[in-house]
Amino acid sequence: MTESVRLPLIALAGNPNSGKTALFNALTGSRQKVANYPGVTVERREGRLSTSSGKGLRVLDLPGVYSLDPQSPDEEVTRDVLLKRLPSEDAPEALVVVVDATALERSLALVLELKPVFPRMVVALNMADLAKARGQELDLQALSKGLGVPVVCTVATRGQGIIELLAEVERALEASPRAAAVAAAEPDHSVAAISARFAEVDRILKASRRHELAPSFWTERLDRVVVHPLWGSLLLGVVLAAVFEAVFTWAGPLQDLVDALFAWLGESATAWLPAGPLQSLIVDGIIAGVGGVVIFLPQIVLLFLFILLMEDSGYMARAAFLMDRIMGRVGLHGRAFIPLLSSFACAIPGIMATRTIENRRERMATMMVAPLMTCSARLPVYALLIAAFIPNRKVLGPFGLQGLTMFGLYALGVVSAMAVAWTLRLTALKGPQPHLLLELPTYKLPAWRNVLMGLAQRSWMFVRRAGTIILSLSIVIWFLASYPKSPEGAPGPAIQYSYAGRIGHAVEPVFRPIGFDWRISTGLIPGFAAREVMVGALATVYAVEAEDEEKLQTALGDRLAGSWSLATALALLIWYVFAPQCLSTLAVARRETNSWAWTGFMLFYLTALAYVGAFIAYQGAVLLGWG
Amino acid sequence: MKEVRLGDLNVGASGRVAGLDPAAPPALARRLLELGMVEGESVMVMHEAPFGRDPIAVKVRGTLLALRRQEARHVRVSAESGAASD
Repeated sequence: MTESVRLPLIALAGNPNSGKTALFNALTGSRQKVANYPGVTVERREGRLSTSSGKGLRVLDLPGVYSLDPQSPDEEVTRDVLLKRLPSEDAPEALVVVVDATALERSLALVLELKPVFPRMVVALNMADLAKARGQELDLQALSKGLGVPVVCTVATRGQGIIELLAEVERALEASPRAAAVAAAEPDHSVAAISARFAEVDRILKASRRHELAPSFWTERLDRVVVHPLWGSLLLGVVLAAVFEAVFTWAGPLQDLVDALFAWLGESATAWLPAGPLQSLIVDGIIAGVGGVVIFLPQIVLLFLFILLMEDSGYMARAAFLMDRIMGRVGLHGRAFIPLLSSFACAIPGIMATRTIENRRERMATMMVAPLMTCSARLPVYALLIAAFIPNRKVLGPFGLQGLTMFGLYALGVVSAMAVAWTLRLTALKGPQPHLLLELPTYKLPAWRNVLMGLAQRSWMFVRRAGTIILSLSIVIWFLASYPKSPEGAPGPAIQYSYAGRIGHAVEPVFRPIGFDWRISTGLIPGFAAREVMVGALATVYAVEAEDEEKLQTALGDRLAGSWSLATALALLIWYVFAPQCLSTLAVARRETNSWAWTGFMLFYLTALAYVGAFIAYQGAVLLGWG
Repeated sequence: MKEVRLGDLNVGASGRVAGLDPAAPPALARRLLELGMVEGESVMVMHEAPFGRDPIAVKVRGTLLALRRQEARHVRVSAESGAASD
């Protein structure tokens, strides 16, 4: 037990989109801890602050709710913390309800619902600047009197009203030190109670609002285009294409930088350490293994940047609105398209991004199909095989056969993902389609501080994972590929004598029907660390050497073209569309599904699809005479 | 004034909520209420998505709420203007 555990805990509650997290950031700055609530994948965000009088406080940012009547695991956490039903949590000693000042008609109802349950409360009237700009004038005293709790105006994105808010919180903490806000009543969710609360909100607003809120000028105008059936869809297409393009092109130079950094690390370590097992472990195992995953960090950061900007500006909800019908066809939520889009860069952030899907079944189905989206780690493998085996000639006007093959592999992934999601939602994840009921918030300029803090947190999660799970897996795979050593003077590449080589030999009969010999099976093993490592592994198995990467690709391509049939190459391409050739993805799936069974299912079904797909491709190609 | 279902309204149509369908699933009904679909509220259909003109975006209690037509059919509305869709 550390000192901080005993600091008084205050909780932040509020509707989604009320600026609660912005207020949490303004209150606690960088002194935040992000973890999960025990047993559920609901993010738990706690921070610390000291008031102007020097009092230390802990702040808990509760998931957004519309009421204490939960419909998702996130909302359950909020209810359980506030009703003190969560044994792992200290009871908050005071509650700050964050209210969107531009949506008082709706959001004040939560204040009225929470007040009898949690009397020690302060209301933060957030986005007060936006409300004022839209002409709303409030008599704060009348409002506070009507609600029966202190009310403070805040502009969380600019840190305004924080001192005043904390002063009220301290006053609340001092006012009734013993009666620490014991739940006085069970919340009432009857139609009559909800209607009565809204009627009460209307009465209070009538007495305290001197000037009405004008409709948001920009929101109404922008929405004429942004959610227009035709223009909105075109705009969404442009936005998605731009994000996709940026993730691939902007990330390129940064990825080269990461690559260079790890190459330098590897060279330095080679120079510093005496040649031997330790050097090999550090250079070939740890540096190469972790580097192979960290190289995706630039893409992941960029992708999360776009996601956060879309969320913060209010565009994300509109994109989900436009996509709902299409995603709904296969039983997924409109929001699922973002995690799936992310998975084109890397399935890890994609699976992490499914947290925005409330319904468990939809979220699970989205996570299960995320690895079918063609991630960027497959590209080097596709590029190598296509360049070596697919003739570079024009078909169908401007389209080349190579480009079409690449497109076909992407399309196969997408179509399979849709088919699997649809099947899952009809079988193991069967259930009624949950309702949409999504608020389209007014547009706002994203607050850079929130975006950057969110970005830092998410990137850190990824780096931490690379530093733990991926590091240990890299060592295991390095060991398999390096030991035992080849006997002195033995012919052929050293990897042939290693455990990886032996496994490759042992599984050859299993893989022969899909056209893979022991060399390919051996190359698949290091590929589990990160898919693109397969290229390097094949070079090792075929003992191809070249002074730089480009020459290596060409030399390896020539070598493969000389020793494989087209049927084998096609089978390997199809294998790569489906196979769960990425332990990091499985590790993240385990964490996010919180279930070994679902992780096992993911591994099993992807392997099965890969095998069957490659079998059909190989045998079909052999029948066509390409064997 | 005739009673229609919110889910059958065209873009631009408005009215007042007359209540929820008693057959609405309880969880959906509670969430609709919490988001402001209570008797007497004025509602207006602002937008509809492409592909089957579904879902729709409805203005209610000062916020813009997206919901599927199927869900919105549980909301009874006394129509003020705009014709019900076919």
